[in-house]
Amino acid sequence: MSRRPFVRPVSKTGWYFQHPRYLRYMSREISCFFIGAFALLMVLTLERLGHGPAAYEAFLGALEGPWMAFFLFLIFIFAVHNASSWFNVTPKALPVQMGEEFLAGKYIVLAHYLVWALTTLGVLIFAGVI
Amino acid sequence: MKERLVQIEILRYNPEQDTEPYFQLYEVLCKEEWVVLDALNAIKETADPTLSYRWSCHMAVCGSCGMMINGEPKLSCHAFLRSYEGVIRVEPLVNFPIERDLVTVADDFLKKLKRVKPYLIPKESEKIEKGPFPQTPAQLMKYRQFSMCINCMLCYAACPQYALQPKFLGPAAITLAHRYNQDSRDGGRAQRQEEIASDEGVWECSFVGACSEVCPKAVDPAAALQQVKVASTLDWFKEHLLPQGEKT
Repeated sequence: MSRRPFVRPVSKTGWYFQHPRYLRYMSREISCFFIGAFALLMVLTLERLGHGPAAYEAFLGALEGPWMAFFLFLIFIFAVHNASSWFNVTPKALPVQMGEEFLAGKYIVLAHYLVWALTTLGVLIFAGVI
Repeated sequence: MKERLVQIEILRYNPEQDTEPYFQLYEVLCKEEWVVLDALNAIKETADPTLSYRWSCHMAVCGSCGMMINGEPKLSCHAFLRSYEGVIRVEPLVNFPIERDLVTVADDFLKKLKRVKPYLIPKESEKIEKGPFPQTPAQLMKYRQFSMCINCMLCYAACPQYALQPKFLGPAAITLAHRYNQDSRDGGRAQRQEEIASDEGVWECSFVGACSEVCPKAVDPAAALQQVKVASTLDWFKEHLLPQGEKT
């Protein structure tokens, strides 16, 4: 009897279509590009601000329009998706043991959302929006 | 007792005859409460004695009968036929070479398991006369969940990182290393870190989480791996930022 194990080929690019859970994972990973794009936009905005109020206003003017509004909306959706998908798995990485029991994961997730909401509120107050 | 005719499509491979695997369709009369493993046993007994597959306990304890059932890694003794409609497709666990039919080559996993030293390495040698080494329930709870692993390898079949980077130690091996690292009686963490914090270790994991979704014993390997990442990161900070430069 001879051993001749058969190795099945692995798709390097199409594996994430093999199961919905892999697509969910990829959607979380892809959301980073949108967050990266927003960070880049912020850096560019700061760079323009460095050139004076006129350059800054001109840059903001160039950003107006339906395409940019759509792009920012997409960024917002992906940013929420990225944050919530990470918040939801935090109890796995940071379990809180209290004696013989573990704190229910939902409280750890909730604490993250609470800090997120308070931080957003703080930023909005600091920016004079509210 | 209700019976129904079940169609099962099985990936067959005979290394002595076949150049590649192929699907073979079987029809077998099954009882309502049967699991996929019962159907395979019925096929082997009544239709095709050449069909090869591993199994032992028939109660989700031994971890031998893992296979892909309709594309999902499952223990075939834990997959009830009544949960499936139409033709049931059964394949050997993906990400492992096929030895024959539904039997996979587990050598890679076993070597990796050995590398992480999945056993107690006492902090200091204790004399047997000293009696048992007691643990509080809280100390037990710290690792109990991770000690439920039955080495069934379903998590490896679900892990796309293991598929793409076969050098990756993988979910179960790192989870078992974490299980012993979390044990108050153990002192072998530094030895295990050499393996699990290496470039073939936990940093290959990108937290897909599929391992935990398919685990039949609710071990949650994804949780163990993220905890190892947190602990390894703290090690790095301690080593590089503390004056002593020491790992704990």
